[in-house]
Amino acid sequence: MGGDLGFLAHEPDDAVAVAVRDVEPGTATLAVLGREGQREVAVTEPIPLGHKVALVDLAEGSEVIEYGQPIGVTSRAINAGELVHVHNIRSTKWQPRH
Amino acid sequence: MATTALTGYRRPDGRVGIRNHVVVLAVDDLSNAAVEGIARLVPGALPIPHSYGRLQFGEDLELTFRTLIGTGANPNVAAVVVVGIEPAWTDRVADGVERTGKPVVRLSIERHGDLETIAEGARQTARLMQDASELHRVPVERHEVMLSIKCGESDTTSGLGACPTTSEAVDRTVAANGTVLFGETTELTGGEHLIAARCVDDVVRAKFQAFFDDYYETVVAAGVDLLGSQPTQGNIRGGLSTIEEKAMGNIAKTGTVPVVDALGPACPPTRPGLNFMDTSSAAAECITLMAAAGAVIHLFPTGQGNIIGNPIEPVLKITANPLTASTMTEHVDLDVSGLLRQEYSLTQAGDRLMELIDRTINGRLTAAEAIGHREYVITKLYRSA
Repeated sequence: MGGDLGFLAHEPDDAVAVAVRDVEPGTATLAVLGREGQREVAVTEPIPLGHKVALVDLAEGSEVIEYGQPIGVTSRAINAGELVHVHNIRSTKWQPRH
Repeated sequence: MATTALTGYRRPDGRVGIRNHVVVLAVDDLSNAAVEGIARLVPGALPIPHSYGRLQFGEDLELTFRTLIGTGANPNVAAVVVVGIEPAWTDRVADGVERTGKPVVRLSIERHGDLETIAEGARQTARLMQDASELHRVPVERHEVMLSIKCGESDTTSGLGACPTTSEAVDRTVAANGTVLFGETTELTGGEHLIAARCVDDVVRAKFQAFFDDYYETVVAAGVDLLGSQPTQGNIRGGLSTIEEKAMGNIAKTGTVPVVDALGPACPPTRPGLNFMDTSSAAAECITLMAAAGAVIHLFPTGQGNIIGNPIEPVLKITANPLTASTMTEHVDLDVSGLLRQEYSLTQAGDRLMELIDRTINGRLTAAEAIGHREYVITKLYRSA
């Protein structure tokens, strides 16, 4: 099995996948948890171990799917290959107070 | 996979423990010095001091009593010396533990003072230690060994590796007709509908939903948002972005089985299977409540490396984060980071966890036991009088 795997996704249709090592910009391999096969993803910025990469382009305000479930919404547009974290997605449960 | 013969201590009430502690239990904060004094004179006795037990009232007081009684009643405990400042509340705790049929000694400090209490307590504790040393392990069945689960310092590797591995153990234990407790009401936020959907019937679903809504309303009524603490800074450092994402990882450890009941904090389960318990998501509070409900071995998936232990319930830590596994070896019982590299399957990781659970049941110390982590924290519902 792939010793240099870059990312694991929980479900085949997830919008994000998790880096299983520090991944540098370029091309990295992606697998889906518990499934056969791998594919390549283009990465445009460093993704540290445990952090998420966008697998598809996401418009501002759209749902982010991981585990096959919504885990929040984008606070700005995210392109495939970019890091997905607190700087560009937010919870729909708890809103910052103003 | 070979089946290991399981052994444990069968207590007078029929329940099964995997440790044989003699506990010196404080009823209140004032009694901590005497409790620790007794334990210093009797090496091997297990002191349990804590911070509360005075001027509490109502539901908050009831929870403290239930927690203390449940701690003494836990089947990992062979005998208990209960020490309180005055006799009435001391009796209440001692009477509660005594209903299990195990030996209980009660001491109150007023009209004796600490030093006389320590001398008498040490004599009695030494005798109980000798008696407990003659209790022997007997063959037990898997379903008699109650598990609890709760994760901490989670990151995305928890959801990819440590929690799904724990999930294997939950499903296998429940398949053997065993009982498993999970909780962390706050950390189900965003995934509470998934747990509600798994409740066996509408009655249990309504109980679960009431616990969840109560917590949610408490947060709203306080006029706060949990963004500052949920996810935690450790979670965010590990790559978790939202509480919903954290909830998905949390739920990933609960197996695929139905939720058979929804319990109040520290309430012993009455139905085999996966039981929800209303608890804080803070590790020490949560495990203290689960141990008080009778759980005897705890599975603790961690990402960034929570180091929690419990005085009476062995806490077994599982991580899939390679950095945590290599930098915090003295805290990690099982490294499943190979799951991230697809070196083995989830079923194989589950096999390794079950083997370690069996060895822990049979007496192997967990990492937390070996280095003496004994966090014991009573859940406080509101301020005291």
